[in-house]
Amino acid sequence: MRKVVLIIIAIAVVIGLYEFARHQSARNGGPAGTVGSVAAPFSLTDIDGKPVNLASYKGKVVLLDFWATWCVPCQSEIPHFVEFQNNYAAQGFQVVGISMDDGPDPVRTFYRQYKMNYPVAMGSTELAQSYGGILGLPVTFLIDRNGHVAANYRGQTDTAVIQQRLEALLKQ
Amino acid sequence: MNVSKVLAFVLCAFLLATVAMAQTAQPSQLPPGSPQLVSPEDLVKVLQSPTGEKPLILNVGPWLLYRQAHIPDAEYVGTGSEKDGLQKLRARVKSLPHNNAIILYCGCCPWSHCPNVQPAFKELTSMGFTNVKVLYIADDFGTDWVYKGYPTIKGQ
Repeated sequence: MRKVVLIIIAIAVVIGLYEFARHQSARNGGPAGTVGSVAAPFSLTDIDGKPVNLASYKGKVVLLDFWATWCVPCQSEIPHFVEFQNNYAAQGFQVVGISMDDGPDPVRTFYRQYKMNYPVAMGSTELAQSYGGILGLPVTFLIDRNGHVAANYRGQTDTAVIQQRLEALLKQ
Repeated sequence: MNVSKVLAFVLCAFLLATVAMAQTAQPSQLPPGSPQLVSPEDLVKVLQSPTGEKPLILNVGPWLLYRQAHIPDAEYVGTGSEKDGLQKLRARVKSLPHNNAIILYCGCCPWSHCPNVQPAFKELTSMGFTNVKVLYIADDFGTDWVYKGYPTIKGQ
């Protein structure tokens, strides 16, 4: 009899854990980095030593760009992101760059060379994994004003497509 | 023909030869379909084969990408586009016989833009290694390996 009770309790625990996980996943809108999921929070320091917190951009549309100095497709996208920052900041838009370089020195040089006008912080394995894994560059996320991932673009993307989507998000 | 014209001709020929030699080190040196390339599908077969010699697999891409996910038993040596990475590559293979099977891979970005595999391949061939292949990753390591469900070590 005691054995039966223990088995029932074990089954109840398993079902409870499963339901809890399901509820959490639904609440977060799906796996990390996917469209509809809550954008993973981060609190970093940029290459100039200033804080970069995703939470501080609440209410804004955020373009989060994972890139690296040696990445040729990234090099062609970044001037467009600089332009977006100039053109849409007043409407509640912010670009944030996450460099996947091994160290900050080439990033600082690149930052000046490309006249980047938005914060750039160094990435980490943990941050990359919190966005579903960055297993190739570039990867760009658009985060809506409510902090949900609205779009993600893996690999070089026509920046006109990104621009169209971000303009739509700014109107929401 | 005077001496200055001959010198100009020799100089031009030298410059053209130099440019041609430099171009052989560019990505076009290993275009898709080259015999020095191995496809992800074929490498998976090698990895899963219970018999046969396993090649030494060396990752010559960025550390942060390797740490997130890499091929089982692949060793990280450093980025092939940097002097430091090439130095570590040389040190790693220094004691190996020149016919040792070696597979290099990166997967940081699309094949034609990868800055790492070509210099690493060139380095090993210039050292005299005769059995070096490069894993052909068309888009990136995520798309062409991890998301296809091929054997992967994550987060180490």
